[in-house]
Amino acid sequence: MIRSLRTALILFVCLSAITGIVYPVLVTGLAYLVFPYQAHGSLLKVRGKVVGSKLIGQNFTAPEFFWGRPSATSPMPYNAAASNASSLGPDNPTLMEHVVKRVSYLKKMDPQERGKRVPVDLVTSSFSGLDPDISPASAQYQEARVAQAGGLPVSQIRVLVRENTHYPLLGFLGEPVVNVLELNLALHQAYDIRKSRQPTPPMKS
Amino acid sequence: MMDTILLTGSVVLAAVILAWPLGWYLDLAYGGRRFWATRFFGPIETAIYSISGIDPSEDMSWKRYALLWLLVNLLGGIFLYLLLYFQPFLPLNPQHFRGLGAGGSFNTAASFITNTNWQDYSGETALSYCSQVLGIGVQYFMAAATGMVLAVGLSRGFSRADQAGIGNLWVDLTRTVIYIFLPLSVLLALFLISQGAIQNFSPYLRVHLVQPFLNAGKLVTHQMLAMGPAGSQTAIEILGNNGGGFFNANAGHPFQSPSGVTNWVLMVGMLLLPFALVFYFGRVARNRKIAFSLMGVILLLLVPLAILSQQQDLQGNPVFHALGVTQANHPQFSGGGNMEGVEDRFGTGASALFGAIATGTSTGAANSDYDSFMPISGFVNLFLMQLGEIAPGGVGSGLASLIGFFIISIFLGSLMVGRTPEFLGKKLEAYEMKMAAFSILVMPVLVLVGTAIAASLPGGRAAILNPGPHGFSEILYAVTSPANNNGSAFGGLDAGTVFYNVLTGILMLLNRYLAYFPLLAIAGSLAAKKRMTATAGTLNPATPLFAIFSAVVILLVGALNFIPALALGPVAEQLSLPALHAQAVLH
Repeated sequence: MIRSLRTALILFVCLSAITGIVYPVLVTGLAYLVFPYQAHGSLLKVRGKVVGSKLIGQNFTAPEFFWGRPSATSPMPYNAAASNASSLGPDNPTLMEHVVKRVSYLKKMDPQERGKRVPVDLVTSSFSGLDPDISPASAQYQEARVAQAGGLPVSQIRVLVRENTHYPLLGFLGEPVVNVLELNLALHQAYDIRKSRQPTPPMKS
Repeated sequence: MMDTILLTGSVVLAAVILAWPLGWYLDLAYGGRRFWATRFFGPIETAIYSISGIDPSEDMSWKRYALLWLLVNLLGGIFLYLLLYFQPFLPLNPQHFRGLGAGGSFNTAASFITNTNWQDYSGETALSYCSQVLGIGVQYFMAAATGMVLAVGLSRGFSRADQAGIGNLWVDLTRTVIYIFLPLSVLLALFLISQGAIQNFSPYLRVHLVQPFLNAGKLVTHQMLAMGPAGSQTAIEILGNNGGGFFNANAGHPFQSPSGVTNWVLMVGMLLLPFALVFYFGRVARNRKIAFSLMGVILLLLVPLAILSQQQDLQGNPVFHALGVTQANHPQFSGGGNMEGVEDRFGTGASALFGAIATGTSTGAANSDYDSFMPISGFVNLFLMQLGEIAPGGVGSGLASLIGFFIISIFLGSLMVGRTPEFLGKKLEAYEMKMAAFSILVMPVLVLVGTAIAASLPGGRAAILNPGPHGFSEILYAVTSPANNNGSAFGGLDAGTVFYNVLTGILMLLNRYLAYFPLLAIAGSLAAKKRMTATAGTLNPATPLFAIFSAVVILLVGALNFIPALALGPVAEQLSLPALHAQAVLH
């Protein structure tokens, strides 16, 4: 039995070294060589400053930007150091309160969409709380507001939305989505260009 | 709905097509002879044997095999416990996380050595990179390997005759890790990383927000991005049917599964080895048709339940509808169904499918919040576990349990038509029947007794998040999952309490060791038996009729055990939805 214990110990140490050290180091090394951009988090830079990751959503609240999905992370929404879901059941009154509140806020902020139902992903929190995307339906719902608040024609906003919409491979491996951070970065750029062209900034209504 | 049926079909088909050659490879790898892969892995293998003083030609009795199996898990558990407990004193801890404490370390160690991978912590706020790769990561490989060898040992029971042993545990474990898990994991990890999964050992990264925002009166200008070797960890977590998440959001975190494509690949990855083992069994038992029969049972149980779950979640929440929300699912606009706790890039259909596969295999990974599933979708998750993790179950353990059920079905079937029970040339006698029945009954006892305890003690009830029958479902899930070594969760329940740490820790250990020891005993007993030639009087298990018969037996056992408990949870919930809908309309 003592001999078996010794064998088991040495085998465990050997296999631990292979699976717990060699394996992750090997994969990290290969990843750094072949996919360095992805391995470091698909970071987006503006003028040399890292402004986020393409894959991680941010909490946009200003009317001239597209808003992402509600996030259940704490202590603030879109806390990328602590992913979290609401875990509220389908019949939980708290979930219903949240949805009612979100629907009425959106209806208030998007008066142009009066009479339309609010797309479900815009009023429900994502699993990770970091969902970088919204559905094309949710983007469409916000186009008029963004155009008005940002002072750009709706047609230009639509083009930007289309440019940042990603369609799933083969049509069914995933869902079509609009990447909110990339879209808003494109908007940000468009606003900057507009500002540089117009010497006096337009009055905000 | 068409899209999700297409998705389900493509996942199952891809897994079956890939599993076929992999089953052949498993046969070569476990056969023990030299073959083409020995050229790459042989030297590593031989070096390990000579350092550890292992004689690869030794043939072990089932008792020795099983005891050493336990010993390997025990060593792994002690090592993991120490790593977690002394985490702050160990390297690679850039975020300076504290130790997990006695309760958390025990629960996590018990969870990861039994291939349950139930987590009472969240990865990115509790575990250092050292604990992740050297603690959790090593067990991803080792616990899954101890699962694989269960099927290998049991298969040898059928391929051998008049032999005292069922193989060499050291060799089987080493070969599982070196020949099977490592190459597959490296490939899958690199694929995931190419799609955007992260892989580094950097401290968490502070980035400047594009638009700062106010939170509780304070201006938030930065976002902290969690980092780490998520790609390599996710690959083996999925292939080994482990399922513990590197991040709290598991396979729903964009840094673990960045797209619809990775989601699809992860689903195929979960099914791959359980399916390959079925084909492996057919090869070893020299009866290819039995593999089809086993696969038939698995698909008969898994596919309809998975489609039911998707249909329910896609249909959406009737209460949302009454609140002025649209849940329509247009291919161009997406975003339909019950999206609470679902990521947009996957959608509700693919999330419910992932849930069914993660609970059908004992992976327990999650790409969406199972707690927020529609009641019947949550029911499917629960029921797939309560069938005893056989559709297709975890790597190795699933096939072993399924063969246990086949033994019971053959016994029943043979009695019905008045024949001597016999399976693949081996006579089934009282000993095998007792062991198989014992193995199958362990789990229902653990689940029902465990749920009764948790539901009747304040410590069990205080952890509930959701009110009403859903709260009971949370308890039922929190007991069912560890007692089946699955590890998925209704995340609302606060599992980090002393009560649940102790209860779930004990359940995981009891199920893993009580349910699978008897199956190894069957392996030993069968290997020692003579081979009988099949006659016209033998009940042939490799027929569609028998596959359906076994599926019905499995369903009956599961239903009889669990329908009362399920009626109090998800079924009651489903029935209460119309009333809530009416209430919402009134408002």
